[in-house]
Amino acid sequence: MLLRLLLVVLCSVWVTPALAQSTTVILSTTTSTQDSGLLDILVPRFEKKTGLTVKTISVGTGQALALAARGEADVALVHAPSLERKCVEEGKMQNRRLVMYNDFVIIGPEDDPAKIKGVPKAVDALKRIAETQSRFVSRGDKSGTHLLELGLWKQAGITPTGAWYIESGQGMGQTLGIANDRRAYTITDRGTWLAFQKRISLPILVEKDKPLLNIYSVMEVNPANGPRVNVAGGKAFADFMVAPDTQAVIKTFGVDKYGQPLFVPIAGKSDADFQ
Amino acid sequence: MELIGQGILQAVRLLLAGDAEVWSVTWLSLRISATATLLSLALGIPLGTALALSRFPGRGFVISLVNTGMGLPPVVVGLFVTIVLWRNGALGFLELLYTPTAMILAQLVIAAPIVIGLTLAAIQQIPEKFRLQLLGLGASHAQMVWTLLKEARLPMLAAVMAGFGAVISEVGASLMVGGNIKNSTRVLTTATVLETGKGNFDVAIALSLILLALMFLVNWALTWIQQRRVL
Repeated sequence: MLLRLLLVVLCSVWVTPALAQSTTVILSTTTSTQDSGLLDILVPRFEKKTGLTVKTISVGTGQALALAARGEADVALVHAPSLERKCVEEGKMQNRRLVMYNDFVIIGPEDDPAKIKGVPKAVDALKRIAETQSRFVSRGDKSGTHLLELGLWKQAGITPTGAWYIESGQGMGQTLGIANDRRAYTITDRGTWLAFQKRISLPILVEKDKPLLNIYSVMEVNPANGPRVNVAGGKAFADFMVAPDTQAVIKTFGVDKYGQPLFVPIAGKSDADFQ
Repeated sequence: MELIGQGILQAVRLLLAGDAEVWSVTWLSLRISATATLLSLALGIPLGTALALSRFPGRGFVISLVNTGMGLPPVVVGLFVTIVLWRNGALGFLELLYTPTAMILAQLVIAAPIVIGLTLAAIQQIPEKFRLQLLGLGASHAQMVWTLLKEARLPMLAAVMAGFGAVISEVGASLMVGGNIKNSTRVLTTATVLETGKGNFDVAIALSLILLALMFLVNWALTWIQQRRVL
């Protein structure tokens, strides 16, 4: 009774946001797309074009997909291909389309105690880090970056444990800070590393290995996941992400700030093109 | 240290330049937390007063609950309010998640126990004899309660400050139920987390300083109201 009374009071104070929901699209996405500033440019373009309002919830990829699987979002923009395929197979998500990629790099202290500089294969680099028990900071948060890291450890046949393996449980930015402070190795997307150039002194040691590709895709939420999924809105946003205009914006995004683009648009391609 | 200096400069620059985004984030913080504080007063003062003046079995237990609630962890509140407001949740039909209203609701849950607890303490520190005297002089029950509240107004203003201070500075609940959405639910604390995550430490420091300045101004005004009769 008291709760109901309170809600009446609250609704009367802020009526508008509650009524505007039918034209709202909830986008669950990862921190990296948000932190890079890309969505700050794309979302207003989409809103202007369609008249819909986008609510961007940026969390780790694991959480983004979990929210979508519960029908708490309408569309997902994430970067964990194996987990995404699993969600599609389970029928939680549909119409998965590739949007863009950038890449991960392994960074670490200048003196490089594990001697990984220039090692061509990321897996071999991780093996050396584990063998020498050199400090390594893991995101440990089920984000796309963390899932990729776990995939590499699995390929290496190593279960990382011990005092050298530090789990930050935080976003990429904070994790870079910890790695820098502890003079540790870590895996980061290139965009965040570029954004932190002023604050950290950990050079890129391993890069340009195929498994380090960071592929983003967009997927629509299956309306069967829960009530009130905005199917049309979710599809509209997914279509927008792979539209030629949007892909052109992605292609040049970041050039003005970092002197190089942060993402490569790949709409229309398939996983097979990146094996 | 140099970074903090840069942050101060950045804060002054952002405010003087009339940076629209910073102003709207600041205004939203104030609006949400002030609304939540006012609602918590509307709820907390009557409940706190009733609790102070009544005697019933299990009263000690209820007061212990209120006192525990005064330190309610914002993330816990955020988690439960989120689950209740989910589309699949008990109040999902209201479609309130990721709106300022949801943030007000969460902040209300955080602030209400503080107001109840401090109101309770404020009323209880008035000697019982005073109350009996009022009734003896022929005051009605309502008149007695009104006089007590007037008598307790100084400590009650402390309740306002504590409640407002708790909600404007919390980040856990606002982040979870609001989603930190640009131009919609981004407030000073969540923006600070975001800018730190992006590595824009100078902007993060600037936002922190704006938050501190805002809290100071509000408390200054409240203190002025509180102390004006005393001086």
